[in-house]
This record gives sequence, C-alpha cells and structure tokens, in this order.
Amino acid sequence: MNELQDLYREVILDHNRSPRNFGELDDADRIVEGVNPLCGDKMTLYLKLDGDKVEDVRFTGTGCAISVASSSLMTERIKGATTTESLELFERIHDMLAAPDFDVATANADLEKLAALSGVREYPTRVKCASLAWHALKNALTGSEAKVTTE
Amino acid sequence: MITSMSPSKPRGRDLITDIASLRGDFPVLQQQVRGRPLAYLDSAASAQRPQAVIDAMVAQDSHNHANVHRGVHELSERSTDAYEGARTKLRRFVNAESTDEIIFTSGTTESINLVAASLGTQILAPEDEVLVTRMEHHSNIVPWQLICERTGAKVVPAPITKEGELDLDGFRRCLTKRTKIVAITHVSNALGTINPIKELIALAHDVGALVLVDGAQAAAHLPIDVQDLDCDFYALSGHKMFGPTGTGILYGKATLLDSMPPYKSGGEMILTVSFEGTRFNTLPHKFEAGTPNITGVVGLGAAVDYLSAIDPDALADHEHELLDYATDAIKEIPGARLIGTASSKAGVVSFLIDPIHAHDLGTIVDREGVAIRTGHHCAMPVMEFFGIAATARASFALYNNRDDIESLLKGIRIAQEIFK
Repeated sequence: MNELQDLYREVILDHNRSPRNFGELDDADRIVEGVNPLCGDKMTLYLKLDGDKVEDVRFTGTGCAISVASSSLMTERIKGATTTESLELFERIHDMLAAPDFDVATANADLEKLAALSGVREYPTRVKCASLAWHALKNALTGSEAKVTTE
Repeated sequence: MITSMSPSKPRGRDLITDIASLRGDFPVLQQQVRGRPLAYLDSAASAQRPQAVIDAMVAQDSHNHANVHRGVHELSERSTDAYEGARTKLRRFVNAESTDEIIFTSGTTESINLVAASLGTQILAPEDEVLVTRMEHHSNIVPWQLICERTGAKVVPAPITKEGELDLDGFRRCLTKRTKIVAITHVSNALGTINPIKELIALAHDVGALVLVDGAQAAAHLPIDVQDLDCDFYALSGHKMFGPTGTGILYGKATLLDSMPPYKSGGEMILTVSFEGTRFNTLPHKFEAGTPNITGVVGLGAAVDYLSAIDPDALADHEHELLDYATDAIKEIPGARLIGTASSKAGVVSFLIDPIHAHDLGTIVDREGVAIRTGHHCAMPVMEFFGIAATARASFALYNNRDDIESLLKGIRIAQEIFK
C-alpha cells in the first residue's frame, strides 16, 4: 500500500480528478496526437506559441490517472515558459521517469509539483503513461511527426 | 457453458473429476508475488503449464532431440515418433478424420495467416466478401484485410448486441452469394461469449462459403469436434491450453488442404526439387516448411494428454462456478460495469470500475499478487462498439479457485480506497 501511495500521490489524484487546461484550443498553431497502444490511451496536445513563448496550451483525451495527471501537470508548468525551457524540462522529466542514475531527492527543488511523477520509476510498465504527454510536447515544439506513440 | 461431450473424448471412471486437485500440478502457481500468493487470472492471454508438459519438453531435449523426418539414426527416429505422435494426439483432440488434416503452426495467428494467404489468394476475387464478426481478435481481422487488399475482396463485420452476443439476424443478413469465407471466433477473448458456431457454420455453408473457426480461447475449456461442427478450418494455440508458446495447429478438411497452394516454402514441404520445377510434398508436410518447433510440439502433445485426462463436464462446472462467483461479486461493486454479459460465456469477466481507469486498476491489484489483463485485448473494434478504450479482464482456467477471486476483490477495494 505504501508503494502505491508513492505512485498515486495526492497531487496525481487531484490532477486526474480535475485536469487543468483540459479542452481544445481553437487558435492553436501546433496540434499533436499521442497514443499509447498498450492501454489505448489517447491524448491531443494543443499549443499556441507567441514567438519563443508558449502562450497557451491545452489537451484532450482519455487515459489512466498517471497519463491524465502528467498531461495536466505539464500544461500547468509550461504555460508561459519559453520553448527552450520547455525542451529542457522534457529532458529533465525524461531522466526523472527512467534514468537509472537520477537523484530523486533533488527533483523536488526544481521540479516542484512535477516531482510527484517520480513514483512511476518503481513501475516500469507505467513509464509510458507518464511520458506520453511529454513526447507529444517535444514533437509539437520540434515540429516532427504530428502523431506520437509510446511504442 | 457447453457441456456436451465430444465423441473423441474417452469417457470412463478414470477421468479426473476433482478439478481443485489440479492446481498442485502447476509449479508456477506455488509462489508468492509481491508477498502474496499468486492469483493468476490472465489465462486468456497465456495459460500456465503443468509439470507434465515441462517434463515432456525436458525429456525431449535431454534425451531425444534430433531433426525429424530426415535422419536414419536412432535419435531422429525418436524425435519423429514423438512429433508425429503429437499429431495423432491433436487429431484425436479435435476429432479430425485423419492426421493429414493437422498442420502444426506457431499458433492461431499463423494458422489464420496460412488460410488467408493460401486459400484467400486461390478463391477471392474483386467484389467477394470475407465475413468476420465485430468481436474478433485482431488476428482474425488483419490477415483478411491484407488478403482482401491484394485480391480486391472486402472484409464485412457481422454486428454484435450490447450484451456482447453475435446478432444472429445481422449475421444472416451479411451472408450473401458474395460471401466466400466466414471467419468466426468460437469464444471471444475480450467478452467471453461462446458463439453458436455449429449453427453459424451451417448458415455459412448454405450460401456456399467456407468457414474458419478461431478456437484459441475454446481449446482449454470446451470439447472440440471438427467433424460434428463440420467446420472447414479450425485454428488453435498451444499456450492457451497449457502447452508451450510457439505451437498450435490448423485443422483443415483434407480435400481443401490438398487443393490449396503452399504457404511457406523450403525444406520438408517438397518431394523433388529441380530448376525445372518442384513437386510439393503430401499433406500435412506441404504446409510445414522448415524444421518445425519439435520440442514445442512434444510439449503440446503432453498438454493434450493432460487435458484429455480431465472430465470435461467437471471442468465446465468448475469454470462456470468461478465465472458466476466473480460476476456476481463484481456486479455488486459500486461503479462496476460488466462488458460482455452473453448468456453463454466462458471464464472471462471484462469490467470497468468507474472512475478508475483499467490500467490503474491493473497496477493496484498486481500489488496484491493478482495478475489480470488491462487494455483493449487486441480487440479494438469491440472496445469501439462499447465506447470505451480499455477494460480490466479476469480470465479463469482449471487451476483457479475462489481465493484467487477474493484476492482480486480485495485489490479492487484498495483501488477504490485510493480513488475515492
């Protein structure tokens, strides 16, 4: 039960229950779809850029608690950030979810709420759930394929 | 649950009726997972193996291994006898008329691909139709789509009802003179529905269509009698019936198999080869190019021996009792929705517990040592029909008991506590 509480922290459950920035964005200039074939999760990320800045970001879709919370936390964090900051954050989250030498203790300092996703490290089958939104973000910012999949 | 006896099954006092005693035959179940007794409720994905199957494979590899049908030496003879002996066991298991009608494959998927590629190329023309059902596993949809793309034929899905049963009137309406092949599942992997395949086969034959039955989910649970069913092809997988992965058979009526072109080519499937032309081997070898999965087939033969020693009525009663117990308990859980409530079902309970996503549920019950499947179960059209992305699925086999279900229920309660 303790390990489960580490995965399903209150922040995660809260963002799953009431996802922030949920819905379509009519004037988005980047729209990217993400699919996790393992569990059937689907999400669409809408991004509106103002020069180098993420002016607005929203998402739609269905998914497990980890996937929805990750999307919600991500949109909350990157709204107003620069594209460079957002891509740096992608790398940092990527490391936090899966890099063997990542120091979880330091995550709280700079990742704040996003550090709640570090519980996923103990659940290798769930890393894809947490990373789906972030791969969609990277593709949206780097302009690669409009469809991302975790497979 | 079908309880009718297959004429191929020996019936006598020596058949095992104490199903609960069989759990001890499965070494993998005698362990703790995450500090709890393992509750393996994922047999529809892959069943566990009894010691007898493991022993048969170890014996083959430790004492008898050599290539089959080739050598003049002792080990090759032993291996050939073991391999062909397994074919005889499989013939009896599905009550085929002849061992020529039993083709060893890597499993149901390859069996279906064989028929689609060989028969499909031979008989499908533009405007022809292959009738499947909306409840098929992807492996009984995609091979037909591919062959239809090449031949100009069309895949038509027969509708299902909200209970997850085949819509019989809809099925009849889909059968026309354009229908050349009907590919139907005996038991749905995602819903547990047992289809009335004997009736469906007769209906298909009335319009002159040939019928392939996907028996992957049936073989461990129901007696199979291909002559009584009068199906043209029957496909099954070893690993769903307590045998090893990478094994399975295609049963086909000899007259059909005889007239079909080879599917794979290479050694074993030829009589003579020259650069002027090649003569193909006779059945069943025509369809078994290359060195086969000899040890796996020996294990599959042992799995057939294991299953054939069990009284099918007692097995059906045991699984039905578990199904009813789990269904009734899950139905009572607040927020529960059962997906697939057919009147005739095998041991599969597909469900959702609102508002918990199936994937979260799977992770949480796993911490209680409970193995279930979560996701679309390779049946996306089924999920689409019910307007969902995924379900949690508990599936039962002969070795499961009420304690397994209690562990699942406990896991669900913990998940509800987390997501309250």
